[in-house]
Amino acid sequence: MATIIQRRRAVSINPLKSSAPLGAALAYLGIDGSIPLLHGSQGCTSFALVLLVRHFKETIPLQTTAMEEVATILGGSGNMEEALLNLTRRVKPRFIGIASTALVETRGEDYAGDLKLIMDRQPELAHTRVVFASTPDYAGALEDGWARAVSAVISSIVLPWSPAVTPFRQVNILPGVHQTPADIEALKDMVESFGLYPVVLPDLSGSLDGHVADAWIPTTMGGARLEEIEQMARATHTIAIGEHMRAPAELLGSLTGVPLTVFPTLTGLAPCDRLVALLSRLSGNAVPGRYRRERSQLVDAMLDGHFHFGGRKIAIGADPDLLCALSHFFAGMGAEIVAAVASTGNSPSLDAIPAETVIIGDLTDLEDAAREHGAEVLVTHSHGRQGAHRLDIPLMRVGFPIFDRLGTAHMLSVGYRGTRDLIFRVANLFMGQMHDHVPADFADVLPAPIVEESSHVSPPATH
Amino acid sequence: MSESLKAKVTELFNEPGCDKNVAKGEKERKKGCSKPLTPGAAAGGCAFDGAKIALQPIVDVVHLVHGPLACEGNGWDNRHAASSGPTLYRLGVTTDITEMDIVMGSGEKRLYKAIREVIARYAPPAVFVYSTCVPALIGDDVEAVCRHATDKLGTPCIPVNAPGFVGSKNLGNKLAGEALLDHVIGTMEPEVSTPTDINILGEYNLSGELWQIRPLLDRLGIRLHACITGDARYREVASAHRARVNMMVCSTALINVARKMEDRWGIPYFEGSFYGIDDTSTALRAIAQLLVKQGAPADLLDRTEELIASEEARAWQRLAPYRDRLAGKRVLLYTGGVKSWSIVSALQEMGMVVVGTSVRKSTDNDKKKISDLMGGDAHMVDNIPPREMYAQLRRGDADILLSGGRTQFVALKAKVPWLDINQERHHAFAGYDGMVTLVRELDRSLSNPMWQEVRNPAPWEVGDIDAFLDDAPLLVPIS
Ligand code: SF4
Repeated sequence: MATIIQRRRAVSINPLKSSAPLGAALAYLGIDGSIPLLHGSQGCTSFALVLLVRHFKETIPLQTTAMEEVATILGGSGNMEEALLNLTRRVKPRFIGIASTALVETRGEDYAGDLKLIMDRQPELAHTRVVFASTPDYAGALEDGWARAVSAVISSIVLPWSPAVTPFRQVNILPGVHQTPADIEALKDMVESFGLYPVVLPDLSGSLDGHVADAWIPTTMGGARLEEIEQMARATHTIAIGEHMRAPAELLGSLTGVPLTVFPTLTGLAPCDRLVALLSRLSGNAVPGRYRRERSQLVDAMLDGHFHFGGRKIAIGADPDLLCALSHFFAGMGAEIVAAVASTGNSPSLDAIPAETVIIGDLTDLEDAAREHGAEVLVTHSHGRQGAHRLDIPLMRVGFPIFDRLGTAHMLSVGYRGTRDLIFRVANLFMGQMHDHVPADFADVLPAPIVEESSHVSPPATH
Repeated sequence: MSESLKAKVTELFNEPGCDKNVAKGEKERKKGCSKPLTPGAAAGGCAFDGAKIALQPIVDVVHLVHGPLACEGNGWDNRHAASSGPTLYRLGVTTDITEMDIVMGSGEKRLYKAIREVIARYAPPAVFVYSTCVPALIGDDVEAVCRHATDKLGTPCIPVNAPGFVGSKNLGNKLAGEALLDHVIGTMEPEVSTPTDINILGEYNLSGELWQIRPLLDRLGIRLHACITGDARYREVASAHRARVNMMVCSTALINVARKMEDRWGIPYFEGSFYGIDDTSTALRAIAQLLVKQGAPADLLDRTEELIASEEARAWQRLAPYRDRLAGKRVLLYTGGVKSWSIVSALQEMGMVVVGTSVRKSTDNDKKKISDLMGGDAHMVDNIPPREMYAQLRRGDADILLSGGRTQFVALKAKVPWLDINQERHHAFAGYDGMVTLVRELDRSLSNPMWQEVRNPAPWEVGDIDAFLDDAPLLVPIS
């Protein structure tokens, strides 16, 4: 079990974490016909928007309640109401997801209560579903914001179990914040190939997969449909990915009675086997030939790839669940996690990380630890580029944000195929670094002769 | 906001150097420049964002943001203000205050410790400390902490009091200027000083644009003392009051700095631009004239004319191959402020047709210049909502959109070429050389054969698959 070290510093230099409201906005973007609304000053939204656009290279619908100073001091429910009305009139979204920011939470009002009053007195809002999640920037990070938004959606949209619910060959999937659209697509595919029907919340594979539509739509286009979210009680099982999705999954379970399984990760042979076995049991179908073949390809990739992983020193900085998933992946292939830095400390995943210590800190902690332990690759998001450059080691980009590479949405790392591709990505990175041997590499083949200077030991006397 | 900040903001709204303000009535002026924001329909950065944009290019200092994570965490290292050496400015440094700090009121203590830690780790010549909304709301006195830290630690700590919710990015630019005036400019003496020293205000060296200008000045023997703030060192800015002439490049962003430097140290300023061939020449002339007035040798004027003549000729010669390819192409220009008119004239120099230019952030003066250039104001547009812009581009109203990142995908999803001319751009467009780059990029974008291909619908969308297959000469027919 890893020792967890909380850095006690007053300053964060090169932050590793992204803020909770951003995570919440991201979750709301996985719902069809949606607009996320940040309750705060317009500047916060502007920063979040720019970052999301840089990551996804897509237009992102994101709005703000535009709190200025006076509104902040007098209370924000008026701005919230006005924002909801303006959005409804102007763009007619089907869904608005509100996430609070530090600014409004500092005043500590009861925004969920305010929202209820607003919805009651405004008939104009009757056709828009509105949910609220409390996500102050000063508590938690991306994973927490995402999970809270999903919980907010579940508690206000999902219809609780009742005798009228007809069970259906449906599986609910609650992906974690670091599943890419490609990951979600692969999971849906997998579930479908067992003759089951997947309902994914949030579903970024419909909305942020990068597509060109035929018209300009000011809301999200694609994603989880409200009608299906309502009917999550029909499922036979719920699959959640990452510890941060345990709370939303349990909430869903308590509302609907649907049993659940939380997978810490779906990268790696063992977790994939569990998933496939579970789907086989739920469906009563045999594992399709296709997955037998993919599994065998993964096994082959592990055989071919392990040469490049063994003994390699890896430094990873990420949100807790992603850190957990990646460090198990690397360690499972024989690499050594010499530096593990998590963005926040409030996750049970951290205990299970296969490293001596886990630091709760920023990219500077990661850089320092990587330097100290001679890491050979830095694994973190794009902001790690400055550090990797200083360390003169390659940067493998994972998580959020990735703004200096294309195709982030299509990067696959779950399932047999995703794991296989990930092995190749890493191995190729190392192969690109390979150098031809020179005599200096073998400098320590023989220990240097010890030259005695001051004292001369006479050879043992011979008789 | 604190009383002192309130006074600052009111004073800025009364800025006599700002022609937008001068045109306003007394009552209007009191209300300030910020338009009321519409909840649910607002876009744009906050004052903190603006202050950071204006000061971050000072490359050898630490920029420390006091606030919860998001202010700095979501926005750091996102521009391409280039440095010729130090990289300290690219760090993302924040106090990342927690709920505990808010409840216990320990924000100021945390800030002081943070300042101490960054000074210990990096030994910078100064630390710029930015306030944000939450500390402002709970009453953290950033100025007092900075005073205390400066005394105790012996490194200048510059308070930048522009919490986001006081207003727009533009206001933030000006508050950043105030921070420089109050705490930086005039606090050090330059190591050298010559009769041809100038400062450039409001140039941030995005993608290295300053280096398209500097060689021109060098050639004329004009010494760029401080660029405020592109690729600046702290010492240069602190001693900027010894320069002879100030040039202000980004419309009204740092007008307060220019005007107050004139008041305090008698440094004359003028407003100019390095975008476009004509503008670059005009700016060089203006610098030379003001310098000569300030006592520089008079032969500077002739040498300037010589340089202008040869550089213009060289630029036109480099542009000639593109003229034919670009003439008649229609451009929609969607940007703010000074860039509009300088780029309009640049595009017209290439024979391109500007079908619309936004005047959202332009002053009356800017608008007049555009109107003169375009023969009337028929094509001046204010705000175009994305849906409307998409429709225009789909209709084919323009061949290319020149704008900032916010509208990038409006053009791309309409399958129309797009070129970034805002802060996030990757190309340097300043001076004679920059004009050639701009035109080359326009041409690269417009002439890319990809456009035709992506505009073609899938064959099965338009009906007859058989005809499509039979038309494809490379396929062997299936018999
Ligand atoms: S508006 Fe305030 S809280 Fe939001 S980013 Fe700007 S300074 Fe930070």
